[in-house]
Amino acid sequence: MSISNEEYGRMAKRLSPNSPVVTDCIKAFIFGGSICAFAEGLNIAFSYTSMTQEESKALTMIILIAITAILTAFGVFDTIAKHAGAGTMVPITGFANSIVCSALEFQTEGRILGTAAQMFTIAGPVIVFGCSTAALYGLIIYLFGLY
Amino acid sequence: MDIVVDLLKAFAVGGGICIIGQLLIDFTKMTPGKVLVLFVVAGVVLGAVGVYEPLVDFAGAGATTPLTGFGYALAKGTRQAVAEKGLLGAISGPFSSASVGIMAAVLSGLVVSLFAKPKDK
Repeated sequence: MSISNEEYGRMAKRLSPNSPVVTDCIKAFIFGGSICAFAEGLNIAFSYTSMTQEESKALTMIILIAITAILTAFGVFDTIAKHAGAGTMVPITGFANSIVCSALEFQTEGRILGTAAQMFTIAGPVIVFGCSTAALYGLIIYLFGLY
Repeated sequence: MDIVVDLLKAFAVGGGICIIGQLLIDFTKMTPGKVLVLFVVAGVVLGAVGVYEPLVDFAGAGATTPLTGFGYALAKGTRQAVAEKGLLGAISGPFSSASVGIMAAVLSGLVVSLFAKPKDK
C-alpha cells in the first residue's frame, strides 16, 4: 500500500487522541457490542424454554428487527444511529432499519411505487449479492462433492 | 458466572466486528449500503471456508447478530440444502436461510408504514 505524505498526514490526524475516528470506533464498539450482548441474553433466556436452538435464534432475530422497526417509527433509531455509526448499522438492526426507514420515507409516493418498491433500495443489493454468493457456493460444493 | 462470560464474549466480538465496519466507513468513504453488502458477502465467504463457524461457537450472538452472521447463515443453510436436495439446494437454499430475516423486516416495514408518518430530519 503506498500513501502520499498528504494522505498520511490526514490519516495520522484522524487517528490522534480524541480524533473523530477513535471516538467513532469506541461508540461503534459499545453500541454494537451492547446489541450483540442483548441478543445473546435473549438466546440464553430462550435456552431455558422448550425452544430448539434454531427457533430461539429466529425469535431473537425477529425481536431485534421488531424493536428496530418501532424505534425507527418514533424517529428514535436515527438519533441513536447518529452516535452509534456502524454500531447500529452492522448488526441485523441496520438491515431492518434500511427497510423500515425507506418504507416510511417514500410513503408519499404511494404504497406500491413508494413503500413497496423503495423498501429494497439498500436491502435489495444485500439480498442479491448475499444470496447469489451463497448460490455460487452451493454450486461449487455440489460439483466437487464437498457437502 | 457462565452467563456473564457469554455476554462479555458476545459484547467483545460483536463490538469488534462493528469497529471493522466503522473503520471502513471512516477510511474508505464507502456508503453504508456498500458496507452492508460487503459484510454479508464476507460472511458467506468466511462461512463457506469454515472460518466463521468457530467464531459463532465462541461468541454466539456476538457473531450471529452482525450482518456477517447473516451471510454465515446463508452459507450454512445452502450447504445443508445441497446435502438434502442436491443441485436444487444451491437454488433454494440461499433464500430459505434468509427468509426469517427478510420477511420480519419486510412485514415490520409494511406495518410501520401503515401507522406512522415519516419524521422530519
